[in-house]
Amino acid sequence: MPSRARVLFWSAVVLLLVLLPPVVAALKQPFYLDLVRRVMIFAIAAVSLNLILGYGGMVSFGHAAYLGIGGYVVGILALYGMHSGWLQWPLAIGASALAALAIGAVSIRTSGIYFIMITLAFTQMLYYLGVSLEVFGGDDGMRIKTRSQFSGLVDLADPVAFYYLVLVLMLGSLYLVDRLANSRFGMVLRAAKSNEARSRAIGLSPYLYRLAAFVIAGALCGLAGALLANHTAYITPDFMHWTRSGEIMFMVILGGVASSAGPLLGAVVLLVVETLLAGWTEHWQVILGPLLILSVIFFRRGLAGALPGARNG
Amino acid sequence: MTFGLVFEQLLNGVQFGVMLFLMAAGLTLVFGIMNMVNLAHGSLYMVGAYLAVAATAWTGNFVLGAALGLAGALLVGMAVEVVALRTLYERDHLDQVLATFGLILFFNELVAIVWGRAALYTSLPAWLQGHVELFTGSRYPIYRGLVIVVGLLVAVALWYVVTRTRIGMLIRAGASNRTMVAALGVNIRFLYTVVFGFGAVLAGLAGLMAGPIYAVQPGMGELILIQVFVVIVIGGIGSIRGALVGALVVGIVDTLGRAFLKPLLGTVISPTAAEAAGPALASMLIYLLMAVVLAVRPEGLFPSRGR
Repeated sequence: MPSRARVLFWSAVVLLLVLLPPVVAALKQPFYLDLVRRVMIFAIAAVSLNLILGYGGMVSFGHAAYLGIGGYVVGILALYGMHSGWLQWPLAIGASALAALAIGAVSIRTSGIYFIMITLAFTQMLYYLGVSLEVFGGDDGMRIKTRSQFSGLVDLADPVAFYYLVLVLMLGSLYLVDRLANSRFGMVLRAAKSNEARSRAIGLSPYLYRLAAFVIAGALCGLAGALLANHTAYITPDFMHWTRSGEIMFMVILGGVASSAGPLLGAVVLLVVETLLAGWTEHWQVILGPLLILSVIFFRRGLAGALPGARNG
Repeated sequence: MTFGLVFEQLLNGVQFGVMLFLMAAGLTLVFGIMNMVNLAHGSLYMVGAYLAVAATAWTGNFVLGAALGLAGALLVGMAVEVVALRTLYERDHLDQVLATFGLILFFNELVAIVWGRAALYTSLPAWLQGHVELFTGSRYPIYRGLVIVVGLLVAVALWYVVTRTRIGMLIRAGASNRTMVAALGVNIRFLYTVVFGFGAVLAGLAGLMAGPIYAVQPGMGELILIQVFVVIVIGGIGSIRGALVGALVVGIVDTLGRAFLKPLLGTVISPTAAEAAGPALASMLIYLLMAVVLAVRPEGLFPSRGR
């Protein structure tokens, strides 16, 4: 049930994002277009993590794995001369979904701290796999010379066209996860999060629902990976580095778990703060680290909790 | 592939396993007692390594440097507990993971500011540089042998402290019911700080022993930390016995895999394919092992009781 404040908030967000390219072009500041596009790609990754972390209660510390898989699918196909986005992107999504199925099938059998450690370990495994594959550049990764081609429909080499594509996909992802979370499927997921024993007692079997959510989240993050590879025109194992997983997780928490606007807000704030600090000093992480700790200690409900029309819980 | 070579790699595996155990023991104690996930445990390992290198260069004495490194790790560990982590014991694991993630960023960058990003290499004193002859045709570096001996001694001491002393009794009591221990008049906050400092010393010990074998560089803690997670998941969280078994298994499997998987694969598939697949598979081996263990026993090999 969309309240007036919610409608107002989302209209403002969409309007702002739609109007950004002409404003940036008028001010001749293409850097900001690049930054916001990056923010939106990470917002897709964060919103996919929010589905399992926020609504499903599965604290995955390995979400960057699908970012890497999606990116590598695009990179590897491009290396072998297959540039069609119609082929690359579905394959990126499919490969991420398959990996999520395998990782989820093992991990979801466990819970709590085990789940955190296992998802982290599996992602680290994929990271080392990327590092050891010399064919695809090993540690250094490889350049993607030609971005994905969409039969001339959208030209990703054009920053503005790519920007609007990312915007549409991000809004679509936000809508999809919101719909999923409020569907019957999402109800089961949330019920299993808040009390697993009771949801079992009323005849639900959380395992398959959780696994399905895990696979959907992986697939969506694979799409973000394909976008990110096109954004940077480069793919390295660093896409899957565990600090990347930590960053995505932090975006979700900072924005506010289990809220529809949270992942976007978290991505905006974290990446903007990172960019500002990095522009100021080379050693920005020495400032970001304590900021993260302070925000965890003092900012428990996340940014979305401060929005108009935010509900409790 | 001679027997001597296999034996030497087996010892290397034990040596790596012993270092994993020193890390895993501290992590699992902190988790078992405070119910706290400490990702920054790897940072304490790194801090121990750096402080020992700096102190050795300052005093010119390896043993004195190591002792100062340990003391430094203890102080840093206790300071971190008092300043940042103490407020997080009652929070859920998610908050703890994020806050300690922030600590990692902080420590890695701090170390890079003080000592630079390039790896530091340390030289051993003359009395640790030689080899010992184990049997004819097989020599083993004295230093790695020393690491194994120290690690096993710590394991025995840890077993003694936890099962046979008063502080060990308090630690076990705190793990099973902390409210009750506090009600009986034990200063549980102080106990937490002591346990955390103790874990920090073990991590620092692992770090300073790792210094002469591996490179001392920012981020070195996380490389080992994630392998320690594998150890803990395999061994069962909160269990020191599980940590020891898991550490030795992971250490040996990882080392033997890196040494022999490529030549072994070469006999089955073409050498060029083995050249590509060998290192990839070797680096994934312990994670596959973890997946297999979990598929059979989701709680690990030695699940701790009462939790």
